[in-house]
Formats: sequence, C-alpha cells, structure tokens
Amino acid sequence: MIAFLVLVPALCGALAFALRAHRPRRVLLVSTALAHAAGTVAAWVRTPVAAPGAWLALDAPGLLFLSVTSALFLAASVYAIGYLERENPGAREDLEEGFLFRNAPEAVFTGCLLLFLSFMTLVAASHHFGLLWVAIEATTLASAPLIYFHRHHRSLEATWKYLLICSVGIALALLGNYFLAVAASAPGLGRVPLVLEDLVGAASFLHRPWLRAAFLLLVVGYGTKMGLAPMHTWLPDAHSEAPSVVSALLSGALLNCAFLGLLRALQVLGAAGLGAWGGGTLVLLGLVSMAVAGVFILGQRDYKRMLAYSSVEHMGILAVGVGLGGAATFGALLHAVNHSLAKAALFLAAGNILAAYRSKSTREVRGVVRALPITGALWIAGFLAITGSPPFGPFLSELVIVKASFDLGRGGVGALFLALLALAFVGMATSVLRMAQGEPSERVQRDRGRELWLAVGPPIALSLCVLALGIHVPRPLDTLLHGAARALEVRP
Amino acid sequence: MRTGVDALMILLVLTSLLLLGSSRLRACTRIVAVQGVALGFLPALMPGGVEGAAGAHSLLLAAASILLRGVAFPWLLLRAQRDAGVRREVEPFVGYTTSVLVGTLALGGAVELGSSLPLPGPVASPLLVPVALFTASTGLFLIVSRRKALSQVLGYLVLENGIYTAGVGMARDEPLLVEMGVLLDVFVGVFVMGILIFHIRREFDHIDADQLSVLRDEA
Repeated sequence: MIAFLVLVPALCGALAFALRAHRPRRVLLVSTALAHAAGTVAAWVRTPVAAPGAWLALDAPGLLFLSVTSALFLAASVYAIGYLERENPGAREDLEEGFLFRNAPEAVFTGCLLLFLSFMTLVAASHHFGLLWVAIEATTLASAPLIYFHRHHRSLEATWKYLLICSVGIALALLGNYFLAVAASAPGLGRVPLVLEDLVGAASFLHRPWLRAAFLLLVVGYGTKMGLAPMHTWLPDAHSEAPSVVSALLSGALLNCAFLGLLRALQVLGAAGLGAWGGGTLVLLGLVSMAVAGVFILGQRDYKRMLAYSSVEHMGILAVGVGLGGAATFGALLHAVNHSLAKAALFLAAGNILAAYRSKSTREVRGVVRALPITGALWIAGFLAITGSPPFGPFLSELVIVKASFDLGRGGVGALFLALLALAFVGMATSVLRMAQGEPSERVQRDRGRELWLAVGPPIALSLCVLALGIHVPRPLDTLLHGAARALEVRP
Repeated sequence: MRTGVDALMILLVLTSLLLLGSSRLRACTRIVAVQGVALGFLPALMPGGVEGAAGAHSLLLAAASILLRGVAFPWLLLRAQRDAGVRREVEPFVGYTTSVLVGTLALGGAVELGSSLPLPGPVASPLLVPVALFTASTGLFLIVSRRKALSQVLGYLVLENGIYTAGVGMARDEPLLVEMGVLLDVFVGVFVMGILIFHIRREFDHIDADQLSVLRDEA
C-alpha cells in the first residue's frame, strides 16, 4: 500500500516529463491525484500493518498528514488544469512590471508536481530518521522548479533563496540526525537503529546531552523548512512568487511535512523524559513566529505575502500547541488540518484575483465581491476561517489550544497567544475587507470574463470542508486525531 | 590508523582556513575538491573500516563520495564559472584577513564545544568532533559572507563536508541506502543550484547574490 502511494506518483511524474502533448499529461496529473486519494482512503479503511522495525509504516500522525496532502493535491491538480489552460505558451507579459517572459515547459511543471507528491508521501510514511531526512530534502529539490515556473527575475530570486536557505537548514538537520545516532550508541546499549519505534523503546538509555543537541539541530533544520521565525525568511518570497496553485501546496502540504519531522523528534524526546524541555523550546519559537508574522501581516501591501506570513503565524500556532502538550497536542493536530484546507483555499482564490486584476497589491485591488462574486465570497470566507472566526474549523482548534494552555497552568502563554491572534486578525481584516469592498476599475470590469468552474470548484470544496470541520469533526477523523495525539504524548 | 585520521583532520582544518583567505574562485573550487577527495578516504581510515561486509560498504561509499565531491562537483562548478564568464574574485563582504580571524575564533569555539560533548564509547580520534563542527561553521560563514552565488554554493559544499565528517566519524555506519540517498540529494541540490546560477547569469548578467533583493516587505 505504502509502496503504491510512493511509487505511482513517482512513475507518473517520470512519464509526465516524457509526454509531449498537453492533454494526456493533464489527464495523467488528475488521474494520479485520484489514484493517490483512492489509495489513501484504502489506508483509512484497512490500515496497513507494519512489521516491527520497518522503515515505512503509516501510524496515526503519518496517516493524518498523508490524508491532508492527498486531499490538497487532488484539489490543486483540478485547479492546475484550469490554470495551465489559461497560461498560454510563448512569451507573455509580466502581470506586475510588464516585461516579457516565458514559462518553464509544462512537462517539467507537471512532472515536478507529481514527484513532489511522491516525496511528500515518503515523508509521511518514513519511520527511519535518515530516510525522513532524504525525503524532506527531496521535497525541496522537487519543488524548487515549481517556484521557478514563471521564468523571470523575481521568481528566480525567490527560488534561489528557497533552495539555499532550506538546503542549509536541512543540512543542519542531517547533523542533528548524526547526533541522534551518537545518542543512540551509548555504551551498553548495543546498536539501536534510527527507527522511530526502536528509539522510543530505548529512549531512557539514550545519551542525554547528545539527544538535546540533536533535537536543537533538528528544530533549526526542520524549523527552517516549516517556516518558524527567525528561520522563515525564504517563505514569504517563495510563496508569493510561485504560481498560486504551487503556493497552496507549499503552504498547505509541505509545511506540514516539515512539522511531521519535528513531531518525530519530539516523540523520541518525550520518551526520553525531555518532553517538557523540548516543548518549552517549541512554545518559545512558536510565539516568536506568531509575533513576527503578526507584525508583518499588519500593513502588508502584497496579498500573497500576507497569506505567506499568515502561514508563518499558523506554523507558530502548531509549535505552541504541541509544545504545550496535553489537550493542546490534539488541538494542534486538528489545527494543522484546518489550516491546510483554509490556506489552500485562500491561495487558490488569490490566484483567481491575481489573474483578473493583474496585481498583487492590496491597494490596487478593489471590489472583488462585485467583479468576481464567487471568488470574493471565498476570499472573505477564507479570511474569516483562517483568522479563527466561528463557525469555521480553526476557531475550534485554536479554542482547544487556548483552553488547554489555561488548564495546564500556562495562562501567560495563553494570553499572549490570544493577543497575537488578535494582531493577525486586525492585520488581515484591513487588507482583505478593503480588497473585497468598493468598485472594481473599468479595465477589470471589462476583461474579467466568467468565473470558471475549474478555478472556483476546488477552493469551494476546500472551504466547505473547513466549515464542516468547525461544525462537526467526523468520528473517524476524531479517532485518528486522538490516536496521533496519543502517539505524541509518550512518556518515559 | 589513528595518525591517518588525525592527518586528515588537520588537512581539513588547513584547507578550510585557506578557503577563508583565498580570493580566486577557481582556487577555492579546487580547494573544495581537495577536501572532497581527502574526505573520501575517511571511511576507509576509520578503525575496522576495510574489513568484512562493513568494509565493502565503506569502500563503496568512499568511491561514490570521491567521485561526487572530488570530481563531479568541481567539474560542474568550474564549468558554471566558464559559461557564466564571471570575474575571478570571490568578492567578499568580509575581508580575507577578518575571515581568517573569524575562522581561528570558530576553531577555538569548536574545540571548546567538542570537549563539552564527549563521544560516548571508543573514539577514532579526539579531533573528529571539533573539526567537523569547525568545517561546518566555516561553510556557514562562507555562505553569508560571500557575494557571488557560486561562492555560496562552495560554502554549502564545505558545510556538507563538515557534516559528512561528523557522519563518518560519529555515527556508526548508517544503512547504505540512507548514505546513498544523502549523497544523491546533495548532488541533485548542487546540480539544481548550478542550473539556477546559469539562469541568474542570463537574467541579470552577473551572479551576485546580493543583487537578488527585489523581494522585500515595504514599510
């Protein structure tokens, strides 16, 4: 089952590089996404049982993040069909500065997209720390060409920063893995392989100073990829310059993968009895991320950058949640699902706005609700969802985290958390509402065209999911979330 | 074998310091290549490195590592330099003397840190941990203190060299599959960076990474 989920997108990706005609390649993209989703559903129905010590296994956290990735990829692939149809080949005008540029070949785009899916699946299923590292670095490499789809100087700059900063960060995570191996080779311990279950089993014998050092390096490494401040500097550039469909995947799926890497490290740390120390580190980083993001959201003039900073903020929320532990872990995992769905819907809606208005400036875009009624409604709904307003899912998950923080006697963290959420709300509200209201310019009124089903269908579906999660968390998902939270709450 | 490992470690320190003080891109690329080849011999020099199944494993690893770090990367980077027609100086933000000074300070810090984190169990050489940390931090420093995109890639390679030293020296041998995956990732990473440098050169007519500064938050 796992091999199917990893290999099918990889092989189809290789095939996509070779296909010359556009139509079969687009069909291949969507059908691979469907096959992947079907495989994921099958894993829900009958969870594959892994042999002890297996490198690849789907435990509750892995299955959770795999499902989010698969659902998001399906939505993104449908959206991508419409997007690629609109992107006419050949030289075309830049939306912002007006110079001419070309796109990367569509075959490269589709191929990398599918490879990206394959590597993200591998991240979700990896239980060997080395393999996990290889998979996370591979997601960086597969997604770099996606950010550089529009071949012009801004996307090139974003890609360079993304590749260099993330590669350096992930290199430090590799050093962390080696430190972990040292911690696992203390005298009298024999040879503990770097497999999650073995490490958790032998956790109380691990060499503590090396384990601490390993965790710090892993936090810096995977935290860079996850976009935790102050290692987030690549994120706003990459997410604002990539095509919106790629931004949706980067924000909704890839950041989660790096988060999963951190969770794996936290599992080992918790089992070794250092959970409180590791959690404290994550709470600190999370609050810093929320603060930095809040400041940059306030007065942000580029709406895709605003969404990117909002991702930094939400990664901070996740870090705070798992750092606090207890019921907040459940809240953080639920929030990861909510954030992915809501943020992907927002990025896809932002793509529609960008296509119609030809501007990423929050000052120039006016009257989205008039010009693009469906996208406008999605834009406002997405804003309400992502800022944690009822009745959407993030409200529920953020409430769980806040309540847990007070229950755990960490009222200071809870209060600061609420204040930073309010800051982000105010920052986003000013931009989003300003964009939604008012009168669109005549050029936009004239050129906007009809809203295509392929462009609004996927974000509608994602938004409905966020809404549904706010009203009722279905029982299977609830069971899975509780299972994942239990897996993370290992105590010595 | 202890002297062999120690000699390699000293070579690593000297080449890293040399890199900090060198002004020519080509020379820097060659120094990184020398480091790569030297590091390739490290697995074989480790105690029990060439015996039995583990020996075959480490020989294979050594061959792959020498091929990539000593031949493929320098060839790619030298080619990129020729194609891009770049000026030959590395153009640092931080002067060469200061760089070397920072390097010696980093060496002191690495020795200090290495002695506070003693390796559990038998050690091949007490120099391993400090030198690995020093080489990695030299790489990090080169990335932030040099202007050209190419020098940043060189810095990334030095960082990788340091981490590889740590990997061979500290970790007992990882499964071959993981080692190969790591090498492949690094290779593809450098390859993609090379392609991007080519595009940067075509787009901007130079490869100064500090000019990649359009994307920022307006106040």
